[in-house]
Amino acid sequence: MATTACFIIVSRNDIPIYEAEVGVAAKREDAAQLHQFILHAALDVVQDLAWTTSAMYLKSVDRFNELVVSVYVTAGHTRFMLLHDSRNDDGIKSFFQEVHELYIKTLLNPLYLPGSRITSSHFDTKVRALARKYL
Amino acid sequence: MAPVAPRSGDAIFANIERVNAELFTLTYGAIVRQLLTDLEEVEEVNKQLDQMGYNIGIRLIDEFLAKSNVSRCVDFRETAEVIAKVGFKMFLGVTASVTNWDAEGTCCSIVLEDNPLVDFVELPDNCQGLYYCNILSGVIRGALDMVSMKAEVTWLRDALRGDDVFELQVKLLKQVPEEYPYKDDE
Repeated sequence: MATTACFIIVSRNDIPIYEAEVGVAAKREDAAQLHQFILHAALDVVQDLAWTTSAMYLKSVDRFNELVVSVYVTAGHTRFMLLHDSRNDDGIKSFFQEVHELYIKTLLNPLYLPGSRITSSHFDTKVRALARKYL
Repeated sequence: MAPVAPRSGDAIFANIERVNAELFTLTYGAIVRQLLTDLEEVEEVNKQLDQMGYNIGIRLIDEFLAKSNVSRCVDFRETAEVIAKVGFKMFLGVTASVTNWDAEGTCCSIVLEDNPLVDFVELPDNCQGLYYCNILSGVIRGALDMVSMKAEVTWLRDALRGDDVFELQVKLLKQVPEEYPYKDDE
């Protein structure tokens, strides 16, 4: 399990629709803002990279000190962004793939408006469980 | 001799035209979604779904009787069994069970463990009062209405609200006697 990890889903309109701090490290107060800042800065890189490859998993696209940003872009251009300090590439890939499946299930829910915040507690629980399993 | 009523709808289900389950589920989802946008009030949506179900039910009963070959039910118990075993199988592809009879035999529960309407669905916080499958209660009410039974159908348990199954309570209010359309001496 990674000591620090922050997972964010960004909609195609660049709006964050889901956020989870999934690390085991003791929370510093400014950590959340710092993580959001790094991920936000990485969005530009993602935009360029996304069209250069047909793969959904873009691997690590950006780094900040010891923190690495890994990104997965779905076909609908929703971006899953993970900020982490571990070097577990396979685990991260599996994590993204399984979250993608969860995300599709959420999208298929007729009562969920695509591009709106994911408030489902079921989704949250599942994502955190996946994070424990793979990261 | 009257034809023997089928005890399950499997045979009929195998023979009628079917659509893809996901198409069906998502189409129903789109209807509910649109109703929520148009009517805004969850209560109104419940009413509208029930009314839509009723309108389906009063037509569907004819198709049901034409294709299923069930004969006249002797009592309400048999009616409920036929709805659960044959009706649900024929139109939804699932079977339901009938339980919780009261002493007079006028009130029972139809329990659905599997419901194709609710695949993928999760109720968000702002729709907590919504009976997502309210169309089903309307269908049953409408269908019974056409065979001279006034019934009241309410949801007792809803898996979308955290229960383990779907349970519909069907309460027979009165049986309307069939009237001869003309007087005998005319």
